[in-house]
Amino acid sequence: MTNPLTPPKRKDPLLRTHVGHVSPNLRSRAATAMAARAGQGRFVLQVCHDCRRATYPPRDLCPVCWGELDWQDQPRGAVIEAETTVRSSVDLFFRDHLPWRIGSARLDAGPMAIVHLHGDVKQGDRARMELKLDRGGNPALFALPEKETSHMADDPQLRLFTADPKVRRILVTDGREATGQAVASALLDAGATTVFLGNADPLMRYPGQDRIEAIDGIEPVALNLTDTGSIEKLAAQLGGRVDIVVNTARFTRSGGVGFGGKLSDLQSSLDLEVTGLMRLAQAFAPALSARSDDGVNAAVAFVDVASIHGLTGNAGFAGSSAAAAARLALVASLRGEMAQTGIRVMSVLTGPVDDSWHQSVPPPKVTPTQIARAVVTALQSGQETICADDVAQDVMTRWQADPALTIREENK
Amino acid sequence: MSQSLLSDLAVALASGAVRVIDLTNTLSPDFPVIVLPAEFGQCAPFRMEKLSRYDDNGPAWYWNNISMNEHSGTHFDAPAHWVTGKDLPSNTVDAIPAQDFMAPVVVIDISAEAAADADFVLTSTFLETWERKNGRIPPRHWIALRTDWYKRVGTPEYLNLLEDGAHSPGPDAGAVEFMVHERNCIGLAVETVGTDAGQASTFTPPLPAHSILHGNGRFGLQCLTNLDKLPTFGALIVACPLKIEGGSGSPLRVVALVGETNA
Repeated sequence: MTNPLTPPKRKDPLLRTHVGHVSPNLRSRAATAMAARAGQGRFVLQVCHDCRRATYPPRDLCPVCWGELDWQDQPRGAVIEAETTVRSSVDLFFRDHLPWRIGSARLDAGPMAIVHLHGDVKQGDRARMELKLDRGGNPALFALPEKETSHMADDPQLRLFTADPKVRRILVTDGREATGQAVASALLDAGATTVFLGNADPLMRYPGQDRIEAIDGIEPVALNLTDTGSIEKLAAQLGGRVDIVVNTARFTRSGGVGFGGKLSDLQSSLDLEVTGLMRLAQAFAPALSARSDDGVNAAVAFVDVASIHGLTGNAGFAGSSAAAAARLALVASLRGEMAQTGIRVMSVLTGPVDDSWHQSVPPPKVTPTQIARAVVTALQSGQETICADDVAQDVMTRWQADPALTIREENK
Repeated sequence: MSQSLLSDLAVALASGAVRVIDLTNTLSPDFPVIVLPAEFGQCAPFRMEKLSRYDDNGPAWYWNNISMNEHSGTHFDAPAHWVTGKDLPSNTVDAIPAQDFMAPVVVIDISAEAAADADFVLTSTFLETWERKNGRIPPRHWIALRTDWYKRVGTPEYLNLLEDGAHSPGPDAGAVEFMVHERNCIGLAVETVGTDAGQASTFTPPLPAHSILHGNGRFGLQCLTNLDKLPTFGALIVACPLKIEGGSGSPLRVVALVGETNA
């Protein structure tokens, strides 16, 4: 079993905050491709076109027959053939987290791999393999116990590969909407210490206000993503106390490009969702980055909840999709920047939300609860991109298979 | 005109015999704007994005880009703001004769009534009674409603937007007809977010202040402060909207000149 996490003590003000390091990021294109798939929560290995063998680590050609390699999902089982404990390292990150347990795993898919070990996994055990991203965004195999063990997620090694909300303090940007409220509640249920819940207009009541603000652990804060001053003020007050930022703010309106769309709606979407995202990142990224290895509640993630139609555009919601597209582009760049400081940048992608702005869209629509579940899952697994609902997953699957076709399909 | 008139004014301003009272709220991102039903386009609040402040984007100078709706903060409503004024000549801020931007003001104090009832409705009967006590409202004056509503700025009670709509004082159609047709006002000046009462969309006609004032080429001034610092008669309002081409209104600095004898 794993020792359960306890909330950290207050920091000694005389000590310098521990600087977060990341693993070397000079990786091959094949390893980067593996990282991209790891970010989607897949467990993949390269398989040879010719001899059909799976191979690991990532390579450019099959090491047996020089055949072309292809990424394929693989069974997640493995047997731990050997284990060892690293007690000394020149790597700046690992030397601060020693001792570190690794092992040799015979993957059910075929290859033998050097893997990180969960504390409950020993030599000879069957293990469940996960393809994780390390804090620098590089792919790594992690061996979990085959069956759930008590407080399994609290394992110190595993926790460095996730962004678990437990004992963390989280800023949720838009508490005025049902999605932000559901996300806030779910994060507290998942063990977050505090959720700072943004309110863009503190002088104006909002639906659900009395209920959500009465919950223990919710701290309402004034935060308006369209107002740079408001964000800077909050970051100045709270920056060093926020471990995770979850941006749920949206401005969705129906309308086309040449027909039926309103320029003022597009401006509002872009200001809130795109410029707002950059304002938020600029205000909070430095403080998050400075605390990326600051104990059990180190700063760990920046999560953005956006429409899946940012990938494709969407007939009837052209402007909102354009904002989502810009949002995804900013998130992609931010991910690259933050990987250098050990902060994960995650995207939760949704289909049409079951709210008053999608009244004319037939079901299925994603509920705030589903979005909240996806946010928590992404954080707990360390997954970079997650689809919150079936519509988002369907668009994602089609887009990955054939982007041009999916773009046409979504804009008919 | 005597040459001495303006120089007398200049001397009075310099000596403090004529005081300048600022009737303007500070234009800030927090200042509330009118809220319409969600399916309509919304009034953009004031926003300010720093361009440079003695930094890499401008080493020796500080300036900001600002954005807002024409009706954000302390603002001026031109006749074209309302459908009833859409066909009037010179109905936009750039076309209104500058002569109209300076006019005397009569202040009608309804602060006690507004404190007792946020939905206080000003009627022509009230105005006639008021005149018997205070004197007749002269022509071509701003009619300012002192409600002390400006003291609510920064609290939810300023917009006072409850589930059945906003609750703030304002005139009914009869009062506006009286001000426009019987007293030939230049416009209506208020401390609330609009010239109309909070519940005025339920009046007949809906939004009578907007409808009747602008339909007759009169103006609105909203979100004023400090009307309690003005005398009932004798102050002069200076209200120059920005010269926005085809603009329906404009944020502006509004000041009042108050003579010593008025104090």
